[in-house]
Amino acid sequence: MKTNLLPEFLVERDERRCIRCKVCVNQCTYETHSYDEEDDVICSKDENCVNCQRCVTFCPTHAITIRKNPNVNTENANWTVAAIRDLKKQAETGGVLLTGMGCDKPNLTYWDRLLLNASQVTNPSIDPLREPMEIRTYLGAKPDELEMEMENGSILLKTKLAPQLRLNTPILFSAMSYGAISLNVHEALARAATKCGTYFNTGEGGLDKRLYKYGDHAIVQVASGRFGVHPDYLNAGAAVEIKIGQGAKPGIGGHLPGEKVTPDVARTRMIPTGTDALSPAPQHDIYSIEDLRQLIYALKEATNYTKSISVKIAAVHNSAAIASGMVRAGADIIALDGVRGSTGAAPKIIRDNVGIPIELVIAQVDQRLRAEGIRNKASIIAAGGIRSSGDVIKAIALGADAVYIGTAALVAVGCTVCQRCYTGKCPWGIATNDPWIAKRVNSDIATERLVNLLRGWSLEIKDMMGGMGINAIESLRGNRLALRGVGLTDTELKILGVKMAGA
Amino acid sequence: MLKEEKRFVEIDSKYVPRVKVKDRVWKIDAEGMYYKDLNSLLRDMCNKGAEKILIRNVCGQRYIGTDLNAEVEIDIHGTPGNDMGAFMSGPLITVHGNAQDGCGNTMNDGKIVVHGQAGDLTGHSMRGGQIFVRDDVGYRVGIHMKEYKRKIPDIVIGGAAGDFLAEYMAGGVVVVLGLTLGECERCKARFVGTGMHGGVIYERGDILEVGKGTKLMKVGKRDMQVIERLVKEYCERFSADYEIIMNAKFHKIVPVSKRPYSKLYSN
Repeated sequence: MKTNLLPEFLVERDERRCIRCKVCVNQCTYETHSYDEEDDVICSKDENCVNCQRCVTFCPTHAITIRKNPNVNTENANWTVAAIRDLKKQAETGGVLLTGMGCDKPNLTYWDRLLLNASQVTNPSIDPLREPMEIRTYLGAKPDELEMEMENGSILLKTKLAPQLRLNTPILFSAMSYGAISLNVHEALARAATKCGTYFNTGEGGLDKRLYKYGDHAIVQVASGRFGVHPDYLNAGAAVEIKIGQGAKPGIGGHLPGEKVTPDVARTRMIPTGTDALSPAPQHDIYSIEDLRQLIYALKEATNYTKSISVKIAAVHNSAAIASGMVRAGADIIALDGVRGSTGAAPKIIRDNVGIPIELVIAQVDQRLRAEGIRNKASIIAAGGIRSSGDVIKAIALGADAVYIGTAALVAVGCTVCQRCYTGKCPWGIATNDPWIAKRVNSDIATERLVNLLRGWSLEIKDMMGGMGINAIESLRGNRLALRGVGLTDTELKILGVKMAGA
Repeated sequence: MLKEEKRFVEIDSKYVPRVKVKDRVWKIDAEGMYYKDLNSLLRDMCNKGAEKILIRNVCGQRYIGTDLNAEVEIDIHGTPGNDMGAFMSGPLITVHGNAQDGCGNTMNDGKIVVHGQAGDLTGHSMRGGQIFVRDDVGYRVGIHMKEYKRKIPDIVIGGAAGDFLAEYMAGGVVVVLGLTLGECERCKARFVGTGMHGGVIYERGDILEVGKGTKLMKVGKRDMQVIERLVKEYCERFSADYEIIMNAKFHKIVPVSKRPYSKLYSN
């Protein structure tokens, strides 16, 4: 069938600048560029270009410009260019449209409509460069009360604490599986987490044996596919996470296509090479809160009660009630993933239409758990569209203990959010397992970039806290007086538990 | 660091008189014992090098066999609770009675032998080891079993199976003998092997209604070797008559494709 789809992007090459070095030809994994020896020219197939900016970044003479194709249908507010493109694509293929990364639709972000407070006159702000500023965070169940004992003049803690995760900064790396991303990126996340005193999440693809040494800084995930789940894996991590849902695709499972199941990935997941790795939509042993409790305690038994158990759900309409059930089922940590949460592959229709924004869910869950008097029994990790330290601090003020970052971390490594992760051909070497492409990420450099990101964000968080006159992140948690809303309706303000700016 | 502080469940001193050691067999009277205490006790015994453990009066205690990771023989008299042998790696558990739901859930290695029936989810996401059930099993048995190279899990069901047997199966072997069925009676299970993309189900006779994405095939020489090996062990464990069981035609159910969803998406 002849395609009616025009190229999305046009590749423009400045012939005066191009030195025929063929870097673009070698770097593009979508075979956009090719060199014609006879005529000594480099040609481009515009229809292959995904605008990942790899060739642009690596062109030594800056000869390449990628432009959005100006040849589009008549602009229409309902029948947008993107909507028509999707329709045509579907008419030509008859399949479910796949996409990568998080929802790209506007108007779903509340962070930009929330503003932070600062001290003026009536209370002094604190300079974090000169005064101690505590952003260390402990995740895990906290006791209802503490019992102390005096012994030889010193105070001893008598209460037995549940296992805790100690975070030097309230930011963790989100679940990204080995299989969805390359081993080098997995390793960089592990090393950066270890260096910064925080945690990375293995995702549901198991943990490669070579990365077990970073286990003290790993949260190992148990998802519906149960890939790579065995006693060594469970005990290798610092905590275990049961994945019920993902913000990018609530309610559905995942299919790692057979092409991505390379021998290494197959070994880690313990499935034959080249088969589809299917994660069913539900966990077939969890059909209720009681069943969830059964799995939580099975994992606690399997790790002899030495690890925190986290349960991750996608932010959906009844999240607050579900979260209450999760805490009562014994979860030590609950992870909430909002509608803007990212993915390596999801049906576009689900990514863009299912789930609700994380801001509303943090506020609702925190409020509900407080109202029920069980907020101390579990920590909350918020995920799904955290782009900056400003988002982190707003999430904490709304009631989260810490946040997961996925896309932001990958962007630090090199990702340009071209949304083509599902092709397995990521030109930046991130969302791929092709050994030739995966080599493009140097784990040392990627680690350094991730460490820099976390350092920068941590400094900014301290700065903002200092400005508010707060010197411990605990004083900010669920402190919604630190927030004000702009451009929000009364109902939105009520759900967020935040006052209108100026009030 | 708080993380380093390990929390062990302490054994109540009142349970100590319940343990007896005779001829290197550790015997436990589990009547009224809380599951955490029982499992903690089992953990302690394995650490002390117990090779054979006999538990009497088991009544609903969950997670027996989890986190033992040793080659120990455990005999259970009574009815163990849910998730027996969940995430198990190593032990041989023999149940003289029925097993409940989730027996062998995400099991890694070892063996479970049930002299009776087993509930739903038996061998869910099993990665290795073997499960032998003398009689019937419940729903969702063997969902998403896996295999990798030579690590191939087996489930042998003497009786009939419930719906969703071996759904999403990615590897491993399930054998359904149907010995509890009447003459000409078929298994009532629906959706057998739906979404299957690896592994194999063997049925004795033609007793299963196969699900979407699977096909029924004749068994070959190699298949018969697997069946004979497993049936032989079944007969030894449950004192069944090998000749009678083998005197029937076996069929196999295999996936149509290793890539069931390869044509579902457009890029």
